[in-house]
Amino acid sequence: MQELAQQVVSGLASGSIYASMALALVLIYRSMNVINFAQGEMAMFTTFIAWQLVQQGLPLWAAFTATIAVAFVGAVLLERIVIRPVERAGPLTIVIVTLGLLITFNGLAGLFWGYVIKSFPSPFPAAPINIGGVAFSSQDVGIILVSLASLGVISLFFAKTKLGLAMRAAALYPAASQVLGIRVSWMLALGWGLSAVVGAISGMMVAPVVFLDPNMMQGIVVYAFAAAVLGGVESPLGAVVGGLILGVLLNLLGTYVEFVGTDLRLAVAFAIIVAVLLIRPAGLFGRVSVARV
Amino acid sequence: MAAAPLLEVSDLHASYGEIEALHGIALGVERGAIVALLGANGAGKTSTLRAITGVVKTKGTVRFGGNALNGHGPEDAARLGIAHVPEGRGTMGALTVWENLMLGAYTRRDRKRVLGSYERVVGYFPWLAERKKQLAGTLSGGEQQMLAIARGLMMEPQLMLLDEPSLGLAPIVVREIFALLKTINARDGVSILVAEQNTTVALEAATHAYVLETGRIVVSGESQALLRDDGIRRSYLGY
Ligand SMILES: Nc1ncnc2c1ncn2[C@@H]1O[C@H](COP(=O)(O)OP(=O)(O)O)[C@@H](O)[C@H]1O
Ligand SMILES: [Mg+2]
Repeated sequence: MQELAQQVVSGLASGSIYASMALALVLIYRSMNVINFAQGEMAMFTTFIAWQLVQQGLPLWAAFTATIAVAFVGAVLLERIVIRPVERAGPLTIVIVTLGLLITFNGLAGLFWGYVIKSFPSPFPAAPINIGGVAFSSQDVGIILVSLASLGVISLFFAKTKLGLAMRAAALYPAASQVLGIRVSWMLALGWGLSAVVGAISGMMVAPVVFLDPNMMQGIVVYAFAAAVLGGVESPLGAVVGGLILGVLLNLLGTYVEFVGTDLRLAVAFAIIVAVLLIRPAGLFGRVSVARV
Repeated sequence: MAAAPLLEVSDLHASYGEIEALHGIALGVERGAIVALLGANGAGKTSTLRAITGVVKTKGTVRFGGNALNGHGPEDAARLGIAHVPEGRGTMGALTVWENLMLGAYTRRDRKRVLGSYERVVGYFPWLAERKKQLAGTLSGGEQQMLAIARGLMMEPQLMLLDEPSLGLAPIVVREIFALLKTINARDGVSILVAEQNTTVALEAATHAYVLETGRIVVSGESQALLRDDGIRRSYLGY
């Protein structure tokens, strides 16, 4: 029982990382119908920036905050400079551009910081935390809390603020939004900024666990993509729930199902996702659109 | 000298890629007027409204309240006071009625006055208040059209462009909508340019009308005169 609880929490920890990255992907997918293949590399790159700031002597939480600001501004600029010119060129062109960004960020990180694996300081205590008589890894609990808090803030922003509402409208109904005076193109840029912030937070959360190197996010992005498809790639809530389910499921499978181990986890995950999609093609939370004429 | 019209369009061309849909049209909307833009399917009504607010690529001049609109996008037209209720109503079906209305006031900063507009709009459409938490996609077609008009009013516009508000609606609903447009026009002084294929209803509401045919204006005049002229009625209005 105790071990099961520990494994679930540990699964939730990786799940909340998948959930955050999946949300980052979904935010951009909803507005551009494109998977930003550079999302993971942007997260990795910003995590390196945080590492650099810590090396320069900044306290960890200050580096954390500064990195979030850099991620936001950087991604907005990136969208304006690199994506904007191809905004109307169609999804395939944008996909190619994001692949280009993936390669660029990976290469730049290698160039600036090298490929030697670096340790990234953890903001959480090393001692386990005792909840209800069960000892959990503080790292796991911390990751879950920080990720869920950031997801909560984002969803409040979308639900409660005028700008958040305008961003949702611009993503779903660009033509109807622009005649209301909403600057749709800028909303896309803000979406890039927010996605990059979510990505940076997950990068900094996961780096102490997986260690820092230019390829650290690649596996995670695959899981995040799987989580997004599982939850319904149009649905932010679906992305988050999909990520959490996937994290727990993979962890339990890896622990309790002998032949799966760590090697087959990804394959099993995809088998499950294919099965879900056969039953619910729009994903768990994908909404069949309501419309009456 | 008479005051310049609120909206003044001359030699307006619009194109989709290489294909030109409007071949130099001229029209005007006086302050406080209701003007009908008539024509069969494909005549260029939608393109005209889109050209005015800059949704499509245009050549020519569009002047609104003395400002040149050319070269600005629809976002700026909205800020200058033109509410464009687009073809197909632009209903944001996955958002609530309230959210749709608030997005109508997106460009306005003063929240108190926005709530004032909301009260006024609810005066015209009392059911909006009762159903403000409902998803707009679950409304009937007529209700969606009314919501689109209400959302446009939330902008406190000087001019409202409506693209075939009657489309797909039962005659009784169409009459209700046009009666509301007349009330809005009379009470709030909102000028209206309405594109329609439903000629009779539009001409009865409008003071002036223009008839489009394949991207050109072929007839224009006072609506009463057009209604009385059998020749025009038969050749251009199709009944
Ligand atoms: N998005 C578009 N792309 C290409 N051609 C278009 C587009 N929209 C309209 N057209 C063309 O422009 C002409 C005018 O269409 P439109 O303005 O929609 O007419 P109406 O609103 O009077 O039915 C038509 O020949 C139509 O085929
Ligand atoms: Mg039309």
